[in-house]
Amino acid sequence: MRFLCVECDRQMTFEERQLPGDGTLAAAFRCPKCGRVVAMLTNPMETQLVSSLGVKIGGTTVPAEPLEMIRSNVATGRDDAFTDGQLDGRTVGLSWSTDAQERLARVPGFVRGMVKKIYADYAKQRGIGEITPAVMDAARTELGLEGM
Amino acid sequence: MPLHIRTYHELTEPDRSRLGDQIAAQRRRLAERLAAVGRVLVVMSGKGGVGKSFVTAHLARALARDGRAVGVLDADLNGPTVARLLDATDARLVPQDDGILPATGADGVRLVSMAQLLADGQPLAFKGPAAESFVWRGAAEAGALRELLADIAWGTLDVLLLDLPPGMQRFLELCDLLPAAPEVLTVTIPTPESRDAVRRAMRAAVERGSPLAGIVENMVGGEFRGTAGDDLALEFATPVVARIPWHPTPDTWHLLATRL
Repeated sequence: MRFLCVECDRQMTFEERQLPGDGTLAAAFRCPKCGRVVAMLTNPMETQLVSSLGVKIGGTTVPAEPLEMIRSNVATGRDDAFTDGQLDGRTVGLSWSTDAQERLARVPGFVRGMVKKIYADYAKQRGIGEITPAVMDAARTELGLEGM
Repeated sequence: MPLHIRTYHELTEPDRSRLGDQIAAQRRRLAERLAAVGRVLVVMSGKGGVGKSFVTAHLARALARDGRAVGVLDADLNGPTVARLLDATDARLVPQDDGILPATGADGVRLVSMAQLLADGQPLAFKGPAAESFVWRGAAEAGALRELLADIAWGTLDVLLLDLPPGMQRFLELCDLLPAAPEVLTVTIPTPESRDAVRRAMRAAVERGSPLAGIVENMVGGEFRGTAGDDLALEFATPVVARIPWHPTPDTWHLLATRL
């Protein structure tokens, strides 16, 4: 899928992606010549189709986690399907604020381990010692994790 | 005067989404994972209820008892049974740096099954709009199959068995995902009804370039009468590698393992 500014005959470049939380997706594209911005709006069915393919409009910012599509999209997963395994080791040197722990606890168990690892990796890569809700928000925005 | 609009393929400027590259990266990851697998063998049939999962599980156990490193991927995402057949229903999956460790079942067979991922008694349901879900559900199931192949840290395997659901859809998805059309072991029961359904599946497999590893005729010697195994063997020039009686013994499976 590409967007062409017909008037300038230039391919438009990806600008920004937004997931408003109602199952739809908005992606903005800008003409590099005239600056015109258009938004592609997908309905929930189209958004789900893209998600099912395991790809991200606008590109990936972090490598996909193992079974990311399954863990993000299956609605009937069992809470205890995964053990923490080596993921415990990833959090050494990191602390989680009480608010962040409570927020993490609200994530369904089926996907919690993966989400925890993503936040932990994000914090470690940036030298952040404590994960707070603000860090989680920043990670969601920066990494394009709006759907998690 | 119509507008002059360049076609998709005429656009050569860099595309930040690089969706094609993302798909290619998925394929590379899968190919790299399976590079340590000596043989991928798909157990399939065009007919439901002929015992594919039963054959898969016992063949895997026999191969493992013979000293092979064996993995089983339960590709029947909507009706997974392999975990129970391999006594691993309660086994949990362990995330590691390079993927998810498979469970270990009877006789040391490594396995992954949707049964380990789904809440008890729940169907495989995806988040997303319920209306017209047929538009995206096939893509979601194919994506799940891709991840089960690529993201499970199978390790070095002599054989990876894939237990397919009835019909051809999952097989065709596999052909799109794998670097080459996989080798196929076909399961039938003796009846002409089974023969006719299995014939279509075998034809599709041959047309996609899959080598045929043979035919297993299951549930032989009971109420199911017919010559499906021999008929298909003659038609497709592939051997009947096993005739499984209603009450097979470990020797039955050992013999099958030695013929593959």
